[in-house]
Amino acid sequence: MRPTADLIRLAVPFLALGALLAGVFWLQPRAMSYTGLNLLFNLAVPIALATLAQMFVIAVNDLDLSMGAFVSFAACVTATFLHDTPLLGALILFAAVAGYALLGVIIHLRGLPAIVVTLGMSFVWLGLAVMILPAPGGAAPGWLRALMTVRPPLLPMALAASILIALAAHLIMARSSLGVLIRGVGGNERSVARAGWSVLGAKAAAYALAGLFGVLAGMALVGLTTSADANIALRYTLLSIAGVILGGGEFVGGRVSAVGAVVGALTLTLAGSFLSFLRLSPDWQIGAQGAILILVLALRLGLDALERRGVRA
Amino acid sequence: MSDAPALLSVTDARLRFGEVTALDGVSLALRAGECLGLVGHNGAGKSTLVNVLNGGLALQGGSLRADGQPVRWDVAAARALGLRCVFQELSLCPNLTVAENARILHRGQFGLIWRAEARRLAKAALDAVFPGHGIDVRAQVASLALAQRQMVEIALAFAEAGPPPRLVILDEPTSSLDASIARQLLSHVRRFVAAGGSVVLISHILSEVLETATRIVVMKDGQVVADRPAAEFTPAGLVAAMGSTAQERRRAERGAAPAAAAPLVVHALPRGLPVRVAAGEVVGLTGLAGHGQTELLRALHDRLAPAWAAGRRPAVAYVAGDRRHDGILPLWSIRRNLTVSALSALTRRGLVDERAERAAAEAWRSRIGIRSPDLGLPILSLSGGNQQKVLFARALLAGAPLVLMDDPMRGVDVGTKQEVYGIIRAEAAAGRAFVWYSSEIEEMELCDRVYVFREGAAAAELAGAQITETAILEASFAGHPAEGAA
Repeated sequence: MRPTADLIRLAVPFLALGALLAGVFWLQPRAMSYTGLNLLFNLAVPIALATLAQMFVIAVNDLDLSMGAFVSFAACVTATFLHDTPLLGALILFAAVAGYALLGVIIHLRGLPAIVVTLGMSFVWLGLAVMILPAPGGAAPGWLRALMTVRPPLLPMALAASILIALAAHLIMARSSLGVLIRGVGGNERSVARAGWSVLGAKAAAYALAGLFGVLAGMALVGLTTSADANIALRYTLLSIAGVILGGGEFVGGRVSAVGAVVGALTLTLAGSFLSFLRLSPDWQIGAQGAILILVLALRLGLDALERRGVRA
Repeated sequence: MSDAPALLSVTDARLRFGEVTALDGVSLALRAGECLGLVGHNGAGKSTLVNVLNGGLALQGGSLRADGQPVRWDVAAARALGLRCVFQELSLCPNLTVAENARILHRGQFGLIWRAEARRLAKAALDAVFPGHGIDVRAQVASLALAQRQMVEIALAFAEAGPPPRLVILDEPTSSLDASIARQLLSHVRRFVAAGGSVVLISHILSEVLETATRIVVMKDGQVVADRPAAEFTPAGLVAAMGSTAQERRRAERGAAPAAAAPLVVHALPRGLPVRVAAGEVVGLTGLAGHGQTELLRALHDRLAPAWAAGRRPAVAYVAGDRRHDGILPLWSIRRNLTVSALSALTRRGLVDERAERAAAEAWRSRIGIRSPDLGLPILSLSGGNQQKVLFARALLAGAPLVLMDDPMRGVDVGTKQEVYGIIRAEAAAGRAFVWYSSEIEEMELCDRVYVFREGAAAAELAGAQITETAILEASFAGHPAEGAA
């Protein structure tokens, strides 16, 4: 079978990840071990979950600028309520997911720009997080800590979890009817509505999934760091967007890939370590990370041009 | 005709959009075992009628019956009856595969394990209509060629899934198919009709309609002007039926067109005639909507407008047809809206010269007759016709020798139209050239020369007294499908 456009698209993030990994191993051969890989990808799990959350929103042609604040909020709830009064904590997190679904409903019904609504909501989530934890603190529930530090055979926890998460998200997005519907709304909202589906329901579902994965990201983060802070995940907003795009997603048109998003998140995590191994001063790291992003996107633009030529032929 | 009640019928359907009467008492019955050809020029009401039939638009007057019973008609009811629609603009999700699109289109059809089933359904549907199609149902729609996308869309409309298809509406289904594929489709339509289905076929290729349809309905100005068995029509008869029943109007007398003048611009299209425009000429673009007229205007604009800094006197000005979308600046005043095209001429040392701006705006207010007490008021305080006048003034103010107009008279009242026609003629006499796309044939009679567009190319050129409704209709509707059009 001829490689489909989607496969070529998916190859880019894998190539980028492979190249970075090769670079890291070359600079620091000791990273090529169970413990080394675990350290390298330690923080990748929450980032991958947040990236998937962003992916569900981008799939319906919206953009979530509150993802970092929301993950921080979920982390604060996990480190306090979920630890002290598990039932109340679970209830709050469930309400947060429902709140996300409601956001999707409001954005669709009132025709509001998602960027503005989520930008506003980012202050709401941040405010709630500060109210819960005015100073860094809290504690991870024991089971969560145990889950995040488990040492499975063969593959370190971070990689095994990333693979499982990618598979689960792939099932939802690429294989289930709901995933097709969500991507259909991103591709051609009108024809989905004409076929008798509820676009409102699809958007609410996409936002609810975003909320769910955001909550999971916050929980995973607390499981790793054992405490929380209202600002703990603020940079996740941009990381998650970059991860989706790096993973072969498009801002509009419902073209997203769950596997790609996870690989994109891993690549971004690794880019930080790679630059540290290069002994690049932290002042330059963000700029260098941006340069890596531009490089990968340029590679994809080239592939897109090839793809278009293929269609025309 | 059998005595069985019609599958779907409308009686005395009436619908108005603001000033425009779209349907003016249309009665139509669609019966099982019948292919109805629907023809008419722009604004005849075909698309509106299709949108009423598929439940997208509610009638303001008249009644609609399904299987002989009066019903509450909407998109869901239309689907439940077995009505399927293939629109001229493609309505698949480009980011999904063919099979996934089948999943979206046939909502209640599938269970949890749907992927293999959806692939089978899509493949069976394609095989039935287009044997030997060579389309991989696992391919993303965006990776398919335009003709293949149209084939997928048509095949899925005829697919046996959900409420079985009983009535299929095809709006220009062959516009991007080549001749042999189009023949496959038309023979499938005949099979479908012979098996008791009903089809509404809209096409600008008259031979297709004459060969395939059992009955032909001709529409004009929101009314049905002919409804007879297809066998009673000839191509010439169809064109005549689409034309106006009133006498041909006399062309406005005016001086001879400066045909000998050197052309200002010559634009060669990949196919068909090159489009020539000379100074002082009003060149009309006509033909059915969507056959390449707007694309020509855009191409001319892109070619002549500087990509970087605009000079003091631009080479070309553009009057947008879709006022709300790409014409007015809704938050600005009338004056700012009017002068924005000439800002570089009204600028002194990097600042806008407000006195000159006021003077220019006032001059054009009196010249073009913008009815407003104060040009400082917001543009939205004006009526639609007056907003359009502001856009005209904006285009003329800049002093460009060539003005492109993209169907600017849509939804403008008759009085304003007459005023603007006068200004266009006066400006043309003063040496300016106009390229004017209009969906109304009457406006073409104000032009010196007219290009009739069909399938993305200028198919005919008419000049002076040749510009008649009949000649334009004849050229708009091809007698036969173009070979190799894709």
